[in-house]
Amino acid sequence: MKEIRYIQGVKEAIHEEMEKDKRVVLIGEDVGKPGGAFGASNGLWKQFGSERVIDTPISEAGIVGMAAGAAACGLRPIVEIMFMDFMTVCMDGIVNQIAKMRYMFGSQYSMPIVIRTPGGGGLNAGPQHSQCLEAWFAHIPGLKVVMPSTPYDVKGILKASIRDDNPVIVVENKALHALKGEIPEEDYVVEIGKADIKKTGSDVTVVATSRMVHESLKAATTLSEEGIDIEVIDLISISPWDRETVFNSIAKTNHLVIAHEAVKQCGIGAEIAASVAEEILDELDAPIVRVGAPFVPVPFNLEQAYLPNTQDVISAVKKTLERSL
Amino acid sequence: MPKLSKKEMIWSYSQMFRIRKMEEKLMEVFAKGEIPGFIHVCIGQEATPVAVCSHLTDSDYMANTHRGHGHALAKGITSEMFMAELFGRSNGPCRGRAGSMHLADMNLGILGANGIVGGGIPIANGAAFAAKYNKTDQVTVCFFGEGATDEGTFHESLNLASVMNLPIVFVCENNGWAEFTPQSVHMTIKDISQRAASYNIPAKTVSNDFLEIHDAAGKFIEKARQGNGPSLLEVQSSRWHGHFVGDPQKYREPEDIESAMKRDCIAEFEKFLLENKIISKKANQNIQEEIEQEIEAAVEFARQSPVPDASELIEELWV
Repeated sequence: MKEIRYIQGVKEAIHEEMEKDKRVVLIGEDVGKPGGAFGASNGLWKQFGSERVIDTPISEAGIVGMAAGAAACGLRPIVEIMFMDFMTVCMDGIVNQIAKMRYMFGSQYSMPIVIRTPGGGGLNAGPQHSQCLEAWFAHIPGLKVVMPSTPYDVKGILKASIRDDNPVIVVENKALHALKGEIPEEDYVVEIGKADIKKTGSDVTVVATSRMVHESLKAATTLSEEGIDIEVIDLISISPWDRETVFNSIAKTNHLVIAHEAVKQCGIGAEIAASVAEEILDELDAPIVRVGAPFVPVPFNLEQAYLPNTQDVISAVKKTLERSL
Repeated sequence: MPKLSKKEMIWSYSQMFRIRKMEEKLMEVFAKGEIPGFIHVCIGQEATPVAVCSHLTDSDYMANTHRGHGHALAKGITSEMFMAELFGRSNGPCRGRAGSMHLADMNLGILGANGIVGGGIPIANGAAFAAKYNKTDQVTVCFFGEGATDEGTFHESLNLASVMNLPIVFVCENNGWAEFTPQSVHMTIKDISQRAASYNIPAKTVSNDFLEIHDAAGKFIEKARQGNGPSLLEVQSSRWHGHFVGDPQKYREPEDIESAMKRDCIAEFEKFLLENKIISKKANQNIQEEIEQEIEAAVEFARQSPVPDASELIEELWV
């Protein structure tokens, strides 16, 4: 085992897959000599050259469309979109083209594309550099969406995503980039579509994504002092998501809290809550409680007031327990 | 540039005629309700796809548009496969899921027609990038209309192709109408080729004349094949019909349609071939009859082809 930072896990995954498979190329703004805006490709340009680590103009639509064409012709592009907010300027490429091309063309070719993008707040970067937009992409058939929360998970699932023949959106949280964690020395992958129970517990199931996994684990410590034992499920994959693990946990705890950093309205939590209500409502002893950001843009000055945190998870857990039958 | 042989000229003429007749037949079966949805015919523009694609092999790539029947036929799709896909049948190259607006056939390098104006241009760049990356001599041709040159993807893609020195030829079929809007309303330039100058890409504007297009396209395609980067070819073409089949064109003066129909690339090329005794009246008649039979047979093939079962709907969401 070795200890690395989250961003290092991103880089190691790209590095190892590029070494293993010559069809893998990295395309994005500042990914070459500068090594990426967050350092995810530091040193890769030097090793693989500008043929495989391609610095582009600031042209997200052009880049994403180019990745689609390259994938159709046998390459396996990794695209970096510097901030998740910039996904908005390449939505046609992602939604109308990449997500549909294989299905629409009767599987004549695949779309092995990874789009990795840092989302979320924490840098006081304001309304256009801090959003969590993963639910949009989870709404599109044909895209896989993952948002790993630890160095181990990001490295493993990014490697799985690069090897996957489907397009995968890998959402990192900028606030997690410096997080340290242990990973094995040897090659491993984290399977797409499988959740990970980060802490077992018996009283309340907390399904969390990305940064909110860590907030939920902190909440678990505080709550345990009050005799409340929560189970923290890191969803990791948003689409497809692991219904089995979530449903099994609810069957045990009979209580559900869902926590994400994105605004609560129409977030992935709404989909999970609706699915639970449809499938296993009778397992619940209390209403489902969601934790998410308020329905406003992310302000520059009041970011800490905006971001959902540990206390919000604690309150949500207590709220559902108070309503317990 | 090697001069066209008589045989090549006759073949090209026959392909232009095939596209025209196919479009006319489609309008007929569409009106009968045999094909649902929308179709966009390219009648009046047949010279461009044939002149450009005659320089390509099956392994060269092509991206095209909603008005894409001519491109696919010129790139080599059989009349039967073409018609089966347009009828939405299971044996079409896209299992019938694509239909008219998204027809693709990767065996022929047809990346897929695009329902989004300007959507295919960056995708074409990607194919060109893959060819360059793999050090093949494959060329990518990207067809679009003048309306698409107002899209951001056009400008981003030309800049990227220039910066990356991609083996691609951008072919703008300027038919003067962006859906329902004439060119003069949506841009202040006349020649689309002017736009390439911003990206240091060589460009040329030609008329709707087969030989003129063929010559210019050949030079640009050869340049790309030699690794000498992108070019843009603009054809000042003409659209005889509406944006889609059934469009009453109330936005268009009858004189504009008449003047478009006066520039008939097929009649002009036919006249050239007959006057220069490249083709006899009899041979011409034979070609026309054979093509009309081929199209009738293709329609019949499509009608007899399997209708997909509803169970196919959810197949292949993921690989």
